[in-house]
Amino acid sequence: MADVTAPPLREFPVPPPVRPDAMAMSVPYVATEKMQEAIGFPAKLVDDWHDRAIAKMGELVGKYRSLRVYLDACVHCGACTDKCHYFLGTGDPKNMPVARQELMRGVYRRHFTLPGRLFPKLVGARELTKEVLDDWYKYYNQCSECRRCSVFCPYGIDTAEVTMAAKEILDSIGYGQKYTNEIIGKVHRIGNNLGLPGPALEDTFLGLEEDTKEETGADVKFPLDQKGAEVLLVTPSADFFAEPHVDSLIGYAKVFHAAGISWTLSSHASEAGNFGLFIGNYEQMRAIAMRIREAALELGVKRIVVGECGHAWRVAYSFWNTLAGIGAGGDDPFARQLQSQLDLRHRQPTHICEFTWDLVQRGALVLDKEANDHRVVTFHDSCNVARASRMGDDPGGQFEIPRALVRAVANRYVEMRAGTTREATFCCGGGGGLLTDELLDLRVKGALPRMESLREVADRHGVNFLATICAICKAQFTKVLPYYGFNRSMVGGVHQLVSTAIRLGAKQ
Amino acid sequence: MAAFFAVLFYLAAGVLVAGVALRVRQYAATPAPLKIPTTPAPTTRGGVVLRLAREVVFFESLFKATLWTWLFGWLFHAAMAVVLVRHLRYFTDPVWGWVAWMQPFGVYAGFAMAAGLAGLWARRFLVDRVRYISTPSDHLMLALLLAIAASGLGMKYLAHTDVVAVKAFFLGLLAFEVRDLPADPLLAVHLGLVAALMLAFPFSKLLHAPGLFFSPGRNQADDPRERRHLAAWAAPLDTK
Repeated sequence: MADVTAPPLREFPVPPPVRPDAMAMSVPYVATEKMQEAIGFPAKLVDDWHDRAIAKMGELVGKYRSLRVYLDACVHCGACTDKCHYFLGTGDPKNMPVARQELMRGVYRRHFTLPGRLFPKLVGARELTKEVLDDWYKYYNQCSECRRCSVFCPYGIDTAEVTMAAKEILDSIGYGQKYTNEIIGKVHRIGNNLGLPGPALEDTFLGLEEDTKEETGADVKFPLDQKGAEVLLVTPSADFFAEPHVDSLIGYAKVFHAAGISWTLSSHASEAGNFGLFIGNYEQMRAIAMRIREAALELGVKRIVVGECGHAWRVAYSFWNTLAGIGAGGDDPFARQLQSQLDLRHRQPTHICEFTWDLVQRGALVLDKEANDHRVVTFHDSCNVARASRMGDDPGGQFEIPRALVRAVANRYVEMRAGTTREATFCCGGGGGLLTDELLDLRVKGALPRMESLREVADRHGVNFLATICAICKAQFTKVLPYYGFNRSMVGGVHQLVSTAIRLGAKQ
Repeated sequence: MAAFFAVLFYLAAGVLVAGVALRVRQYAATPAPLKIPTTPAPTTRGGVVLRLAREVVFFESLFKATLWTWLFGWLFHAAMAVVLVRHLRYFTDPVWGWVAWMQPFGVYAGFAMAAGLAGLWARRFLVDRVRYISTPSDHLMLALLLAIAASGLGMKYLAHTDVVAVKAFFLGLLAFEVRDLPADPLLAVHLGLVAALMLAFPFSKLLHAPGLFFSPGRNQADDPRERRHLAAWAAPLDTK
């Protein structure tokens, strides 16, 4: 692995000068033949990769309006060039969103447009050579699909759509990325990204019940595969054992306990995360989402609630209705089968923050805010929640509801600098299937803009708790905070704060 | 010369209209299988219309992104819109009242348009990030537009052309008659470049104009929990 170095925090956050090839050595491991075949992709780079890649690109521009329009519409205005955290942290010009898109757009022009065929040099059209293909592999694996650039693009061009298409093409010719594809194989085979089988989950939950009993004196349950429960909770599998994730899981359990709402986890759908999103593959994403549908039908639940996970909430909120009929308004037999079972007075699916906030507003929870007084909290908006989903009934609810919840359980709350939060939030640096050790240098550098605004509120206001609602953010920050001189344990979930403040069995 | 330009403009107009129509039809026919509006997004169709209107009229996203690019870009586009309105007088007889009223503004707009273009072009040399992403065609497109603006202003201030005759020529084209065109070099340059721009439109990045309206990031309503959104190619998966 290359050296891992954190760039110095900048006093004035101006864009860095362009440093060509600064990250040319950042390459993730290629998926093994077994991993590729397990999820139906060619085992290794096929001999006729060029023709198959071009054919796949043609297929994708026919199936995705986003890709076709985005490849045509860019005018190289440069609005996005200083918006990507990976560019800001590395200076590598191919990490500017437009240049990242251009890696594919050049090939698209060459093969699918008239000027690109007639005057390739003039319009920046390029043949898909092995060098270009390797650049795809490198630099589409330096995009966390966070959509920050799309906020600022005058045409709404979303680099994530281009990155996903590139990964889809790379997978289809046998050039997949190990971390992501291995995990997709695991979720198909076992039911979650971490590969925890049912008995292991059962053990974990029994342990958590004992711990929580010891801490609170209350019989907080962590039910598994409980038929007839009201709520199916689908949460990232990191919540089952990773720190600090598990503290939020305990928080959810306490909320269900305090509200007296029956709930269950599922061993079949023990994963909210959906890495099919990261590789832009509709069928993979659908197959993973179908596990939740199947579990909901099997268990007969009335509501589906999703735990703290950024990209999972994007898939759940924006895509579950499309992929698996989890939602409302479906008038086809497939959708009706599930939707007639669900209680449509509730939002389907519901985010755990929406769920808990509703209870707080109804006065159903007893909260001791002072219990969090040792913490000065700030909130990191996770990219997929901020720019690809919603909570509540109004646009922007995805910003207001988690903040309202934090303020309801903690007295000391500080906002980070405007321009680094809400829709303009910076990615943690580890999203999009990049949360793997061989990319650590990239992850550390990509965290720079977030670390700068955190440093500011830490110095000025003594912030010592970085609250977030994403399993990847939590894992990424735990790893990179020390590189910037922070304590790794300062990151945690919103429901970790809820867990600290909530009083059980003390209802008046 | 009149015959040459007559053929050229019929060709250019045909390519422009047919080319853009084909592109638009292709965009409209390509499915958007997933709900991907950049959020926060409007939750209703009406809200989407407003969002797109703000993008078209004010360049809202660009304003949030880069003030300089917004300033030059907006100045150029808004000024060009006024200049185009001014040019309606060559195609209407009698000239519509509001077009007549706009005439003096059209002249100032010509300068504003050139200034905006100059600013946009300067960025391609002065900002290292923008320099890196600029292709020869980006420079060529700016040169083309700037030359159109300069030759137009040249006819107003340096070498007058017989605008009455020019108007007669274009009214003639609208009636499918080829009438005389003044043989001024500046006019020939101006008209030739405009025709080139029209010919290039459907094949170039100028497609950003129709593209915006088909951008799923901007034109989708944020209602995926309330409505099931399903593409035709994805629907059969449900019955497998």
